[in-house]
Amino acid sequence: MAKVLMKGNEAIGEAAIRAGCLNYFAYPITPQSEVAEYLAKRLPEVNGVFLQGESEVAVGYMIFGAAACGERVMTTSSSPGVSLMSEAISYIAGARCPAVFVNIVRGGPGLGGILPSQGDYFQATKGGGHGDYHMLVMAPDGVQEAVEMTMRAFPLAEKYRGPVMIMGDGLIGQMMEPVEFPDNLYTPPTNKDEWATTGMDRRNSRKKNIVKSLYLDPAILNSHNMLLKSQYDQMKREEVRFEPYNIDGEYKALVVSYGTMSRVCKTAIDNMKTEGFEVAMIRPQTLFPFPEKAIHEAAAKESCQCVVSIEMSMGQMVEDVDRSVKGQKPVTWFGQCGGEVPTPEAVMEHVRSLV
Amino acid sequence: MGKTFSKPEALSDAHTHYCPGCTHGIAHRLVAEVIDELGIRGRTVGIAPVGCAVMAYNYFDCDFQEAAHGRAPAMATGMKRVRPDLMVFTYQGDGDLASIGMGEIVHAANRGEKFTTIFINNAIYGMTGGQMAPTTMPGQRATTAPRGRDVEDTGMPIRMCELLSSLATPAYIARQALITPKHVNKAKKSIKRAFEYQVAHKCFTFVELVSTCPTNWGMTPLDALKWAEDTLIPYYPLGEFKQPGKPE
Repeated sequence: MAKVLMKGNEAIGEAAIRAGCLNYFAYPITPQSEVAEYLAKRLPEVNGVFLQGESEVAVGYMIFGAAACGERVMTTSSSPGVSLMSEAISYIAGARCPAVFVNIVRGGPGLGGILPSQGDYFQATKGGGHGDYHMLVMAPDGVQEAVEMTMRAFPLAEKYRGPVMIMGDGLIGQMMEPVEFPDNLYTPPTNKDEWATTGMDRRNSRKKNIVKSLYLDPAILNSHNMLLKSQYDQMKREEVRFEPYNIDGEYKALVVSYGTMSRVCKTAIDNMKTEGFEVAMIRPQTLFPFPEKAIHEAAAKESCQCVVSIEMSMGQMVEDVDRSVKGQKPVTWFGQCGGEVPTPEAVMEHVRSLV
Repeated sequence: MGKTFSKPEALSDAHTHYCPGCTHGIAHRLVAEVIDELGIRGRTVGIAPVGCAVMAYNYFDCDFQEAAHGRAPAMATGMKRVRPDLMVFTYQGDGDLASIGMGEIVHAANRGEKFTTIFINNAIYGMTGGQMAPTTMPGQRATTAPRGRDVEDTGMPIRMCELLSSLATPAYIARQALITPKHVNKAKKSIKRAFEYQVAHKCFTFVELVSTCPTNWGMTPLDALKWAEDTLIPYYPLGEFKQPGKPE
């Protein structure tokens, strides 16, 4: 298919349709409302379901109800809205339903601002809702990758029967880039007859299916949590994705950065290279599971003197970087939030100061 | 001789955890009878609330989902939108529906979502142990209103049928009671009418059932029935408040 020029938010909406998701529920919030506007127009053309809910709280449960029927379903929101949906995400994880959540992150805490941020890293990777659960979290660095990750999110959600999150930021959502919609990423929905409330007639079964997260017997709840943990462990083995950058030669510093921030870091690394100052980068494409091993190995290189986590947040991912490096080299944080993305010059100045 | 009375197919064989004298069992049975009579069990999905009926999924024999507190109407919305062929009912108490879930029920009703809500109004929180509900009567004692509900402090009890009937979107809205056999027969008729409208994809359907909670009211089951008739019904009048196509 030919490339088209599209805004990130609209491309995510189109990618969902191409992935076979024809059900979308959402509540307007800047900077992602274009997804809802695009799908309000587009979904009726493909006999899909579009509904604007009365709140993000309600939307979270519309997603739950639809997902529990075994249908592909997605919502998109931004930080304060995702906080409201986090209760439902916990229930969805507990009840083991596949669903896709997109967070086009804006500045926080509270109302914060409407400009790009990565301040929801903890919320996305460490919970947000209550209880022992994780989501598989993917972080695109541009419109093309946002499309590919959105399309992959549905089969992954079905593979693990749980919520999957695409964590973008305001810049990914708002910017226009040329994008191609790959046909080869479409995967047919998996069989859900064993668990989903599809109705006994449709399954031709006399056994009812119950979708729930309530387990009052402590031993059963424990084994339920052990099952969830085994899935998160499987994600750690099978789903880690990252992009190494300038990693083959001798480098003095290792940068870890993702999303919009990683593109600025690439420019900074390219500029420093022309000055003969080699810096490598690991760009996590999955934030959970986190590319611990890749970062550990990259930090181990003898020439590498230090590791720096560069984020549009106040030192969140740095905790996972530190955990990955395991004391081999000093790990520090550099970043900025509030909506202004650090410039390549600021990154270069900081990285030079470390060595 | 043929069998004249049996357990509805839509009920399971499980023993319920409901207290002696509680009317949940009657409400479950009426819903199950209607599901049987309409022959829709194989395409029905119930949604259990948080509260005493939290484990309703064990007592009905059809597909079931278990909601968060108050969110059943949002889940039902998600289900009906993606699977309009499924018959969906939410089963909610007064704390669940009229307090924490007020937003979800009002908007689902106003969108005219084509599911059925069975609303058990027993004027108190049951499962958590007798706390004050939005439907608790003035002066009625609750564990969080130990001197009786002070309406100067907490306002008057909310009448859900009247509130939902004020919406302009067509709906079937009825309030019945589970106090005397006569009440129970009328309740069954309203529940059946609600499900029939759903089968016809007609409108949002809502049946409130004035119920008793002897345990948390601190009464014998018989006294509870009498108190409900003397105190609740005058404030929560019974009848059909709204029907599609009928002038209000």
